Amino acid sequence: MSAGVLHGRALARRFEANPATREPIWMKRLILMIALTFFVLFLVLPLVAVFSEALRKGWLVYLAALVEPDALASIRLTVLVAVIAVPLNLVFGVIAAWAIAKFDFRGKRLLTTLIDLPFSVSPVVAGLIFLLLFGAQGWFGTWLFEHDIKIVFAVPGIVLATVFVTFPFVARELIPLMEAQGRDEEEAATVLGASGFQTFRRVTLPSIQWGLLYGVILCNARAMGEFGAVSVVSGHIRGATNTMPLHVEILYNEYNFAAAFAVASLLAMLALVTLALKTFIEWRAGRVVTVDD
Amino acid sequence: MTAATVATLTSPPSLPRIARRVLPGFGLTLGLTLVYLSLVVLIPLSAVFIKAGSLPWGELWNIVSAPRVVASYQLTFGASLLAAAINTVFGFMLAWSLVRYNFPGKRLVDALVDLPFALPTAVAGIALAALYSSNGWIGSLLAPLGLKVAFTPLGVLVALVFIGVPFVVRTVQPVLEELEVELEEAAASLGAQRGQVFLRVLLPLLLPALMTGFALAFARAVGEYGSVIFIAGNIPMVSEITPLIIITKLEQYDFQGATAVAGVMLIFSFAMLLVINLLQAWSAKRTGRGR
Repeated sequence: MSAGVLHGRALARRFEANPATREPIWMKRLILMIALTFFVLFLVLPLVAVFSEALRKGWLVYLAALVEPDALASIRLTVLVAVIAVPLNLVFGVIAAWAIAKFDFRGKRLLTTLIDLPFSVSPVVAGLIFLLLFGAQGWFGTWLFEHDIKIVFAVPGIVLATVFVTFPFVARELIPLMEAQGRDEEEAATVLGASGFQTFRRVTLPSIQWGLLYGVILCNARAMGEFGAVSVVSGHIRGATNTMPLHVEILYNEYNFAAAFAVASLLAMLALVTLALKTFIEWRAGRVVTVDD
Repeated sequence: MTAATVATLTSPPSLPRIARRVLPGFGLTLGLTLVYLSLVVLIPLSAVFIKAGSLPWGELWNIVSAPRVVASYQLTFGASLLAAAINTVFGFMLAWSLVRYNFPGKRLVDALVDLPFALPTAVAGIALAALYSSNGWIGSLLAPLGLKVAFTPLGVLVALVFIGVPFVVRTVQPVLEELEVELEEAAASLGAQRGQVFLRVLLPLLLPALMTGFALAFARAVGEYGSVIFIAGNIPMVSEITPLIIITKLEQYDFQGATAVAGVMLIFSFAMLLVINLLQAWSAKRTGRGR
């Protein structure tokens, strides 16, 4: 989103008007046709299929699947997990971005790479590591058992696995943004006597608010939708440790397709809202850049 | 050379960096970052290696080289490579269309490209299984041709293509947007055909971004679980992916086996992380986009 570069329709219009950067019309049509066929086949059809399968047996079956007690319990748990995991990673993301973007120190690149690490770990492995720590045979298993604390196959384990997989979202959104904005404004505020927190709240925060929101939205979508990692630590106790994606799996494996797709359609709506907000933020952030020019 | 050495020797020692820090909070924020990173990510991940390392080497090798596990590597890595290749070709076309052409619904297409990031993998999995099963919208069209997708290795490929779509598009798109038009104009004015301009001017410039996108899609595909298991059929030796092997071992309370296989996957993840970092550095250098 660099300033001064044309975007979207204006950019494409420039390419299409310039004889040196446009293809013969037949080739343009061919490329568009192939690209859009791929897009419809792999992205649009699965999305449409979710809603179509959910409503296959009518609205009554659809609604019944959503108000059923186990479904409601899974919705509550999913929201609870996101309400804990997202703020934790939000606070961490801001702190980490402040340290990395506003100061120079040795090992900065390594630290940035390590923050991204959870993105490259398979979700199944992400769940497994918490079993190794807190499971019955794990490092702290005996101690936890003696003190009657349940982490895996209970809500704390689900929260931990979710925190792990959503760990990088806010930080990786903020670090490049705060690096690009430099330190001059914050340094001026500090020199003029603002405390660290005042500087952050009055100077830094206003300029990173959209990036922050962007990271939070993506973090939330992943937190609510995580399947593999949560599946390993949940124990699949119906009505107690099943999040929405796990509830979808159970219903599907019971051949209760209408109900499975009904719950899945809620998650698909969440995904669509996420994408809409994301597009809105990109448009807002893009507009801010243009105004600043 | 001597002059340079003398200069370094005689120049005053640089001030300690701390003296030039105006902003407060460095120690606190860096400390908190390291503590939280260690607690949530580094210590838990190290558990895999410590646990796997406590096994005798022979036993460890037997677990990770068992025929059923090796078959899962072949499927996981093979299908992931193929899916990443498919995504590179079609993702490039999609990115090209989004940057260079105007067409109705462009903004919607641009927004929906990120669907695989936002849609929970389990939802994608059951949707793809429904589409490609023999009575699904696509499956019923392929059935008369004798093509079975759902519950075969082909189903694994379809799921991995789905989850990889955004990676190539989103890595190539910004590079395409910032490409200097002058290069193409110069090539065209010197008499190059459009195809020549593409192959000799554009492709070399875009190659690092394309390879980064490929590597990102590949790395993600290898670890993918949720979207695959519903459509794969999960037949041992045929359509069983490596993450599922870990789950199966866990369900049989074979923690050591699960950890050993997880260790193999983690080593692969670290290697891919390194490759991707190198590719991104190369890409930034090639396109002159300083970081």
